[in-house]
Amino acid sequence: MSTTTATHHDDHGDHGHPTGVMRWVASTNHKDIGTMYLWFSLFMFFFAGAMAMGIRAELFQPGLQFMDPLAFNQLTTLHGLIMIFGAIMPAFVGFANWMVPMMIGAPDMAFPRLNNMSFWLLIPAAILLIASIFVPGGPIAGGWTMYAPLSVQAGMSMDMSILALHILGVSSIVGSINIITTILNLRAPGMDLMKMPLFIWTWLITAFLLIAAMPILAGALTMLITDRHFGTAFFDAAGGGDPVLFQHVFWFFGHPEVYIMILPAFGIISTIIPTFARKPLFGYASMVYATAAIALLSFVVWAHHMFATGMPVAGQLFFMYSTMLISIPTGVKVFNWVATMWRGSMTFETPMLFSIAVVLLFTIGGFSGLVLAVLPVDIQLQDTYYVVAHFHYVLFSGAAMSIMGGVYYWLPKWTGHMYDETLGKWHFWLTTIAFNITFFPMHFTGLAGMPRRIPDYALQFAEFNMISSLGAFALGISQLLFLYVVVKCIRGGAKAAASPWEGADGLEWTVPSPAPFHTFETPPTVK
Amino acid sequence: MNKRTILSWGAAFLSLFAANSHADYALNLKTPSTEIASQIYDLHMLILWVCIAIFVVVFGLMFYSILKHRKSVGHKASQFHENHWLEVVWTIIPVIILASMAYPATKTILAMKDTAAADMSIKVTGYQWKWGYDYIDQDVKFISTLSTPQDQIHNKAEKGENYLLEVDNPMVVPVGKKVRLLITAEDVIHSWWIPEFGVKQDAIPGFMKEAWIRVEKPGTYRGQCAELCGKDHGFMPIVVEAMEEADYNAWVVAQKDAAAAADAGADREWAKDELVTAGKAVYEKNCAVCHQATGAGLPPAFPAITGGAVSTGPIEGHLDIILNGKNIMPAWKAVLNDTDIAAVIAYERNALGNSAGDIIQPSAVKAAR
Amino acid sequence: MSQNPKQYYLPGASLWPLISSIALFLMAAGFSMSLNDIASGDYVLIAGALVLAYLLFGWFSEVIKESVSGFYNKQVDASFRWSMGWFILSEVMFFAGFFGALFYVRNFSLDWIEAGSYFQGFVASWPTAGPSWPLTGEATKAIELLDPWHLPAINTLILLTSGATLTWAHWGLMKDNRKQTIIGLALTVALGVIFLYLQMHEYAEATFTMAGAGIYGSTFYMLTGFHGLHVTMGTIMLAIILFRVLKGHFSSQDHFGFEAVAWYWHFVDVVWLLLFVFVYWL
Ligand code: HEA
Ligand code: HEA
Ligand code: CUA
Ligand SMILES: [Cu+2]
Repeated sequence: MSTTTATHHDDHGDHGHPTGVMRWVASTNHKDIGTMYLWFSLFMFFFAGAMAMGIRAELFQPGLQFMDPLAFNQLTTLHGLIMIFGAIMPAFVGFANWMVPMMIGAPDMAFPRLNNMSFWLLIPAAILLIASIFVPGGPIAGGWTMYAPLSVQAGMSMDMSILALHILGVSSIVGSINIITTILNLRAPGMDLMKMPLFIWTWLITAFLLIAAMPILAGALTMLITDRHFGTAFFDAAGGGDPVLFQHVFWFFGHPEVYIMILPAFGIISTIIPTFARKPLFGYASMVYATAAIALLSFVVWAHHMFATGMPVAGQLFFMYSTMLISIPTGVKVFNWVATMWRGSMTFETPMLFSIAVVLLFTIGGFSGLVLAVLPVDIQLQDTYYVVAHFHYVLFSGAAMSIMGGVYYWLPKWTGHMYDETLGKWHFWLTTIAFNITFFPMHFTGLAGMPRRIPDYALQFAEFNMISSLGAFALGISQLLFLYVVVKCIRGGAKAAASPWEGADGLEWTVPSPAPFHTFETPPTVK
Repeated sequence: MNKRTILSWGAAFLSLFAANSHADYALNLKTPSTEIASQIYDLHMLILWVCIAIFVVVFGLMFYSILKHRKSVGHKASQFHENHWLEVVWTIIPVIILASMAYPATKTILAMKDTAAADMSIKVTGYQWKWGYDYIDQDVKFISTLSTPQDQIHNKAEKGENYLLEVDNPMVVPVGKKVRLLITAEDVIHSWWIPEFGVKQDAIPGFMKEAWIRVEKPGTYRGQCAELCGKDHGFMPIVVEAMEEADYNAWVVAQKDAAAAADAGADREWAKDELVTAGKAVYEKNCAVCHQATGAGLPPAFPAITGGAVSTGPIEGHLDIILNGKNIMPAWKAVLNDTDIAAVIAYERNALGNSAGDIIQPSAVKAAR
Repeated sequence: MSQNPKQYYLPGASLWPLISSIALFLMAAGFSMSLNDIASGDYVLIAGALVLAYLLFGWFSEVIKESVSGFYNKQVDASFRWSMGWFILSEVMFFAGFFGALFYVRNFSLDWIEAGSYFQGFVASWPTAGPSWPLTGEATKAIELLDPWHLPAINTLILLTSGATLTWAHWGLMKDNRKQTIIGLALTVALGVIFLYLQMHEYAEATFTMAGAGIYGSTFYMLTGFHGLHVTMGTIMLAIILFRVLKGHFSSQDHFGFEAVAWYWHFVDVVWLLLFVFVYWL
């Protein structure tokens, strides 16, 4: 561990490479912090996933089997909240921590201490959310969207969750500022913006979205908590406020948020496909512009979540058109990926399988999104299982599955070992098949009119719900296999070369596997 | 290939459960029974087919390339990575496709919004967890709650055909008339939705949102509350009876008579156990969802009636809370008539393990309003 | 990128991050306890605040120490500039949320309630016939608004002047004129304190409070309150900068600490101008 930096801060002893618990608690190393992020997110994924299993168990048959309606709403709410803020977002930040400095040839993040703070802020937030399960009245049950006035009725757990989200917001903002600064200021000589790997581009733009959107959520939650405890009337018509105001502010954050959860995924896919097609990414420039376009558009489409609130017709038309427009830059990406595979020389290791599945399944989710974007149709589908199907196709088979693909792709670099390819392929097929069995039928139940967030349903939905539930259990079990493969790969396995993938290119593959504790102390030069 | 897998697996499962198949499951939107609903139906089919077409083209190409351009068949990678002409084309074409969807959609939206020249108006109010209907021009008003027995919900009895989609007093409308709905809520946001009508409108406390229907043929139409509104969001269905105008008018008259009878009841002196027996019904219909049929409640959210501070305390306080509500406890003024309120108070104080002994006369309730 | 020989400064292991999460945890837990009247909550909250104070003091003095011992090269300086810029953007968005709410209520939702309230029987409880701005909810007596051309106007002048004095101080720093810097900063801090005093005075005078004054009181106190909070933080930071100037931490070449706070202060100024126009005046 060469620590040329040590000389700079002998004022607090040598911290070249602290060991034991201090290595993690006091870490200022982007790789260790990235690792902590990834483990945290995996834990939360299993936690919220186990809740989803509870949801599916209750919905296995009509009638109330295992829980009372309130408990069901609580499961749904926590499941959504934790999957989004606890599993998907931290996972992407974990990737950013590991890969950004390596991909741009930086010594570390721009602010290593703040970097560690962003991680350690997740812990109090998680504790508050989980502790809220045990306070009188139980955890929040108003849905992850926390619409007022229902959320004004709620008990103590609502305050705990609001403050937990405030803390998560601070964490995200600090983390994003760190990432943006790193990308803008710490690139190796010669790596100008249009030479950056696409993953870096998507994270640059995601970080911008986070900085712009998170404070809005903070605002919404602040108004909520003052309405609850300090007598304000933001969401109370009796005092001249408007419950729908909450939805406007929430979704002004909420829609950018959903792109925050998909843009880094696009980045990962755009890294993996060229590698295994042994062919440069098609339309690099248009990919960059498309990403930027999606980000900007995402600030003017929020009210497509509120079509049923009865906005004035002008508003309805505007938000329908702007929402439909987003399909175009997103389409450009899909087309570019297919064109990258076209006339390549493809092999199908696990990361590539996941990427292909993501392209295909995300598009299904995108199409259902487009159906929802068409206002009159959304009137029929809003708050039905069609929406649940839509966002699991974009969130699970879009975000979560690209995360899995990315993990397989970079595991060799992280651990220095190759993962077990056979088991990896098993995990892929089980996940993909079980996923579709779980969520494809929800399109049908949604169209047929099954509302979401209900613990019990009319008999005509019984068959499809049973199928969904069986699929979900299979999906859950398959994720245990994922855990096993990852742990096995950390424990050992075939030694990984510096660049284990034939077609891979990028600075991260120029350093040995596993990547040394300090990567680029003196910046490499990019041609 | 995933799509094929789903279908085959799906089919396998379906055949598996065809045995204990309860009702016929549907794959698509309900068959429309208003003009708007059928426009929506067609819009959805249009978009669906467009998407399927694009899907087939794009992924046809992808799977072709996956089969042909793989290393195992010795395909050498070519290195092209740009083609401006192509990129422009596949930006323009989607624009055109989208425009061709947006046009009919816009027309439907304008039609949906046009509530002018309505033949009659009904005010719809969402409560936790029931619907209130107020025929403004006829002064007919009533509350509509789930009528599925708790035993069915808790799997103690065989589930009926309209499980969870049945109510005690359905909303009644004449066919062929343009009915304007004024939708609002008392406590939290609900959403009034009948799939066959293509109407879903959030009911927002303090605001009056408009929608309209013109039902084409007589029949019973069922929907559910479509906005999470708390514990029993899943148990506040909406049922609409559409009938010929004549039958509708008869129904209106019947409603008026019933209401008159109830009012008359309010003016006379009631005996205690008479009120208590009447109160049992009112309690189980309106209060039991939260305070439980036993009166045990679900603390801390829903306090117990048995030995509860209110139902054993001074009767004035009891009356006040029932009339005007408190926090989550809704105000029942608008929902229950004087006799019902007097009855339920009598029941809560002198049954469910309580024996406060005192009662309040319907006339007194009327006075207290 | 970095044309200079010295390496980009990477701090070694540090416990501040952990301490920060402990601080926020205690504050959040304590706050949600006291909000739900669990008495002990207040103590937890205070404990958290103390830890936070300790954290800010400790962490910043460490950074200052590193800065004066010259660990930071040009590239590190650039990082600070970028990050401060993005931080201010996040602050802008935070206020944007509340301004957006104000805009929405005044231009849309009030009219919509007007339509609805006929059925809701709210109208009775409102001073004017039907909801109209300023709407103060249940309050039966119409409240008299604060005259923008009285205190608020004075406050506007004060903040604008403070912006000027701060810039003047900056010029002083640029040409290493210590005296000018110190006087300029001292004036700015003084003006900040006066502004805060007047603002509190205004709150005391106001005929309405945050609670029970309807949407008008809600938006008014939310916006001016958070602005006041930011002025307070800005003033404290300016005071610290003044202190550092006195200790001779800054040179005409290297004084980002100063500039960062200056940026922040100007941002707070701009927010006030918007407040003056949209909350007090229009
Ligand atoms: C990763 C997250 C993610 C992503 C990427 C998206 C992407 C999109 N979403 Fe989704 N959405 C969610 C997450 C996401 N969504 C969530 C979580 C909810 C529910 C929130 C809640 O209520 O709990 C939701 C809800 C939601 C609604 C509200 C539904 C309702 O409650 O009534 C709508 C309505 O317009 C919508 C639309 C869209 C559209 C148009 C896109 C577009 O970006 C999709 C664009 C992609 C494509 C169209 C496919 C690829 C394109 C081509 C192949 C080109 C050719 C195609 C054409 C020209 C047609 N989404
Ligand atoms: C990225 C986000 C994400 C992800 C990955 C998932 C994953 C899953 N979701 Fe989630 N979901 C949401 C985000 C997500 N969801 C959101 C935002 C909502 C809306 C909430 C709201 O309405 O407010 C929602 C709502 C939602 C609903 C609707 C609930 C309702 O409306 O009442 C359902 C119902 O089936 C569901 C199911 C599932 C299932 C089966 C999985 C599976 O993919 C989970 C698979 C993973 C595991 C199972 C964990 C690993 C395994 C174990 C823990 C071991 C134990 C396993 C067994 C016992 C089998 N989700
Ligand atoms: Cu009422 Cu949901
Ligand atoms: Cu959206």
